[in-house]
Order: sequence, then structure tokens, then C-alpha cells
Amino acid sequence: MSLTTLPRIQKRRSPWRPVVYLLLVLATIFYLLPIYLVLVTALKEATDIQLATTWNLPNPWSWGSFVTAWQAFAPKLRNSLVLAVFATVGSAMLGSLNGYVLSKWRFPGAGIVFPLMLFGMFIPYQAILIPLFQFLKSVGLYGSIWGLILTHIVYGLPITTLIFRNFYAEIPDEMLEAAKIDGSGFFGIYARIMFPLSVSGFVVVIIWQFTQIWNEFLFAVTLTNQASQPITVALAQLAGGEAVKWNLPMAGAILAALPTLLIYIVLGRYFIRGLLAGSVKG
Amino acid sequence: MKLHGDRVTAFLMLLPSLILLAIFVYGFIGRTAYVSTTDWGSNPAQALALEPQLEPVGAANYVGLFTSRFNARFRQDLVNTFFFTLFFLVGCLGLGLGLAILLDQRVRGEAVFRTIFLFPFALAFIVTGTIWRWMLQPQGGLNVLPTLVGLPKLELPWLTTRQQVWRFDWRHLPAYLAVIVALVLLIFAWRAWRNQRRGRGVTLGVLALALGVWGAFGAPGLTFLPYSELHGFNVAFIGIVLAAVWQMSGYTMALYLAGLRGVPEELREAARSDGASEWQLYRHVILPLLGPITLSAMIILGHISLKIFDLIWAMAGSDNAVTDVPALLMYLRTFRGNQFAEGAAIAMVLLVMVAAVIVPYLWTSLRSEVRR
Repeated sequence: MSLTTLPRIQKRRSPWRPVVYLLLVLATIFYLLPIYLVLVTALKEATDIQLATTWNLPNPWSWGSFVTAWQAFAPKLRNSLVLAVFATVGSAMLGSLNGYVLSKWRFPGAGIVFPLMLFGMFIPYQAILIPLFQFLKSVGLYGSIWGLILTHIVYGLPITTLIFRNFYAEIPDEMLEAAKIDGSGFFGIYARIMFPLSVSGFVVVIIWQFTQIWNEFLFAVTLTNQASQPITVALAQLAGGEAVKWNLPMAGAILAALPTLLIYIVLGRYFIRGLLAGSVKG
Repeated sequence: MKLHGDRVTAFLMLLPSLILLAIFVYGFIGRTAYVSTTDWGSNPAQALALEPQLEPVGAANYVGLFTSRFNARFRQDLVNTFFFTLFFLVGCLGLGLGLAILLDQRVRGEAVFRTIFLFPFALAFIVTGTIWRWMLQPQGGLNVLPTLVGLPKLELPWLTTRQQVWRFDWRHLPAYLAVIVALVLLIFAWRAWRNQRRGRGVTLGVLALALGVWGAFGAPGLTFLPYSELHGFNVAFIGIVLAAVWQMSGYTMALYLAGLRGVPEELREAARSDGASEWQLYRHVILPLLGPITLSAMIILGHISLKIFDLIWAMAGSDNAVTDVPALLMYLRTFRGNQFAEGAAIAMVLLVMVAAVIVPYLWTSLRSEVRR
């Protein structure tokens, strides 16, 4: 089973190299097969979709499914966008403040408060869903996108606080001491030192939160109605219908996936940093 | 004193978030716990009232979940979650580690491969579920893939099967659990004995023996179910595991790859110059260093899999008894059936399961942070 027992210089010409590449190509096929199927299905006309010829290229090629899916989904995509933007900005700003306090302004009891905050991001949200549902109903936010935004801001606090706290811990205390001697207080230090230095921290947190909130389903399906539902709920409803032609759900899936996929491809470096920083989020 | 004033300001800035989390996390959990001990939902007139009149019923909802004939579905859900978690973990860890080791071989185009393996993680579970529902159509998708190269079509039923394997009687579960826990205790006892901690070894050994004896002779006499009730692994879950591994194995790979990149090059060189083969290098030097990563990956993936909800909804529908899990059943009972108290009880069971995984993890990782 030994890969090679030769010294390092010769290792690069190991006979196992082709096997490594073969396995990588096989894995690539595994990850990309579903994407191929989604694309060819979405680009077919409804009458062209048959189970036996699933894998064939479209004949003729057609953008029709995307047009139909766009017409059906445009309002839902707008809901998702409003939801993700407001909830992301809200939870990122509060998380930045919290992270600043927890990393630089130690107060008695912080060692207990922080883990108690963190626990909030692991809980199965079913355990708070009934009171949340009652609460939103009693304040008149049930069924509106604003109720869902509030929900995502609150339950986003643990992860954003965690990422910012770890990010700010890297900023040396000496910089803060210097600013204190110059007469800066709590807000002065935040405005002059912490905030300007946290651009990449904000990028990580914003990407992470935007992706998570855009993709979320449990809160969305429980707390919204037909008019305010985000794209995930609309897609689940469309695909769950029995007599559905598969070109529409596939085009819908592409529309729903595109924003987070683009973020991942363009800003992948930050995406992975968020994933490792909050190596702890589900 | 200025500094003191700023310290107060700092705390005041944190306070709104603390209050929000105290109410929305702990207050609401407390409320759910309370609801689970009431009769909310058993009277239809009260079910949807804004201020329902609730009567306390003690632990009746929990007893019902584990013993009533009507709730056999919940017990099967627990079994489903167990098998799903097991196969999901094995799949993600195995594939993730394998891919990370492959990418660690200084391959050309590493960034491209990495991007491809990780992209499903950026998708919504609902999107993944919709795609794989189409992939796993019995008459199409994966099943007809072999025909493209001239092989016969596969006949796998995927999500449509109702087949159940590895069946066991729910009444024997306490016995099985006791024996398994006894075996684990025995291993710990043996290790303590070997590490010269005789006293602890004997204590654990006696405990294991007592539990084993009870499991073998006491537990079968329990009569919490009046009839035999068979549960097992629902084969339909294989397709769901496949989709879940497709989505999450890249994430596991990223965790492992970060760990592999953290292994100092000098350590590898030292092992190689000692004559270690690449296989020995991984087996004896690198993999042991990845132990902590495996543990955190297991905990993170484990708590995701206990809570799995959207993926199953999108692949098999929200109300499919064969592929049901507690997270889905809670939603159905509460928001479709208006059985709020019973939904709350399921939610609490789910919370306890997740907390059992997460609390020790948070505890140890934060304690080691303080030590640093």
C-alpha cells in the first residue's frame, strides 16, 4: 500500500500520480453530474422531457422555462433579497459591536455570557418556534417579511458576534491603549481604530450571513405567507407539486441558487474564511 | 473616572443583544418546555386561540411519545435520525478526508478542484433536495446513467421504497442500550486499569457489569409497550444520505485541508528522512494530528444531521412517514395538526439530543481557549 519509499526528490514522479488525478476527476464528475442534469433539464421544452432521455442535450434548446420561472419567482426573489440584505446588515452591525465589547472590554461574567450566547446558534429552532410564532402573532408581525427579518437578526447574533470577537482579538491592545491616552473613549476607539480595520471582517460576516439567510427554510416556511415568502419556500412548493414538469423546478432551482453561487465563486476566499472562522455553524 | 465610564458604556452596548438572546433563546426555550407539559391542542377550540387556556398534564406528552400506539411514528423517526446521522457522518468524513489527502499531493489545478468540491455547500438544502429528487427518479436520472455507455438500466427504487431492514423490537431497546453502554464503560475501565488507575478501573468495571446484568436480565422484563413494535433502517434514506453527502462533504474536505496545511513541512521532512513511506507518513504522523479536526467535524455535522429538515422536505415531501425525522414531525404536529403541546415535547427531545452533542463541545473548546 506504500505510495513510494523513494526519497523526496523522486517522489514527484511517483507512479501513483495518475491514480491521484483519476480519483480527482471521478470526484469532479460526482459533484458536477447533478449540475449538468439541472442545466439540460432547465433548457429543454416541457414536451422534450422524458425520463429515458434525461441525460440527452436539449432538442431544441429553449429559454422558455427561465422566462416562466422568472415571472413566477421574481416577487419571491425580491422578498429574499429584502430579507437577506436587512437581516445581514442588522446582525453584522450588532455583531461587530458585541465582538468589540467582548474582545476588548472584558467585564466580570463575560466568560459565562459568551458561551451562553454561542449556544443560541446550535439549538434546533423547533425548540423556540412555538413561542416565536405566538410572539410575532401578538405584535402583528406574523406573515410579514419584517417578522422574518427580526428573527434572522436575533438568531444571527451568536455567529456574527463570534466571528467579530475572534477577528478583533487579533488587533493588538497597544493600539487601543495609545488611543485611550489620546483621549478616545469607547466610541472613539471603535470609530477610529476598530471599524476602519474591520473591512475584511465585515466582508466575511456579510457573505456568511447573506448566504445562510438566503438559503434558510424553517423560519421562512413557518412565519411567512404567500405574499411575503422567500424563494426557498416558493421553490419547495413548486417542486413539491405532483403534476409538475421538471423544467420549471430546475430553472427555479438555478434562479434560487445563483446569488449565493456567484458570491461563492467571486468571493470564495472570504467564504471559506467565514466557514473556518465560524467552523461551527449549521 | 473616564475609563470606568467607558466600561459601563461598553456593557450597555452589549446589553440589547444580551436581552434579545436571553428572551429569544432561553425565555422561548423555557416557554416551549412549559407548553410541552400542557394539554395545548387536545381541545380544538383552544388550539388556535391567541390566549389559549392551558391545563397542566405533567409528563404525559413525553410518556405518550415513547409509549403510545399513536406515536410509533415518532419512535421510528428517532431510529431514522440515528441511521441517517451514522451514514451521513461516515460518508462526509470518509469522502472529505480522502479528497483533502488527494489535494494535499501538490496536484495541478488544485484551486479548481477545491472550488468544485465545495460549491454545493453554498446551495440551499431546498435547492439540493429539488435537484436530487430529479436525479433519483426511479425511471430516470442516476438509474438510466449506465445506459449512456451501453450498460443495462439500474432498478434502484431510491426514495420510493418502503423497505425496512435491520428490524428490532422497540421493547428490547433498553436492553440493547444498556449492553452498549456497558461495553463502552468496560473499554474505559480497561484503559484506566492499564494506566495504573486501579480504583477508577474497578469502579467503572463494576458499573459496567451491573448495567450489563440489568440489560441482560432486568430490561427484557420492562413492560412500557404492551405489544411488540418493530423498527429498523428505512432503505429510502440511502438517497437522502447521498444528497446530504454531496452537499456537505466539500465542507468536511475544507476543514481537513486546513488541518493538513497546518502540519509543518519540517515534520513531514523529518518523517521522510527517517525513511517513512508516504503511506506511513499519513498513517503515523499526519492522521493522528487530524484527530481534533475529526472530532469537531463530527460534532458540527452531527448537530446538522439531528436537525435535518429542509433537505428531506424537498426530496420526499414534508409528510412522508417513511422518510420522517423528529424535526419534521414537530412541524407537522404543531403547524399542520395544531397539536402544540405534543410538538413542543418533540422539540424538547430534539433540543436535548442536540445539547448532548454541543454543550460538551462548547465547554471544552472555550476552556482550552482560556488556557491558551
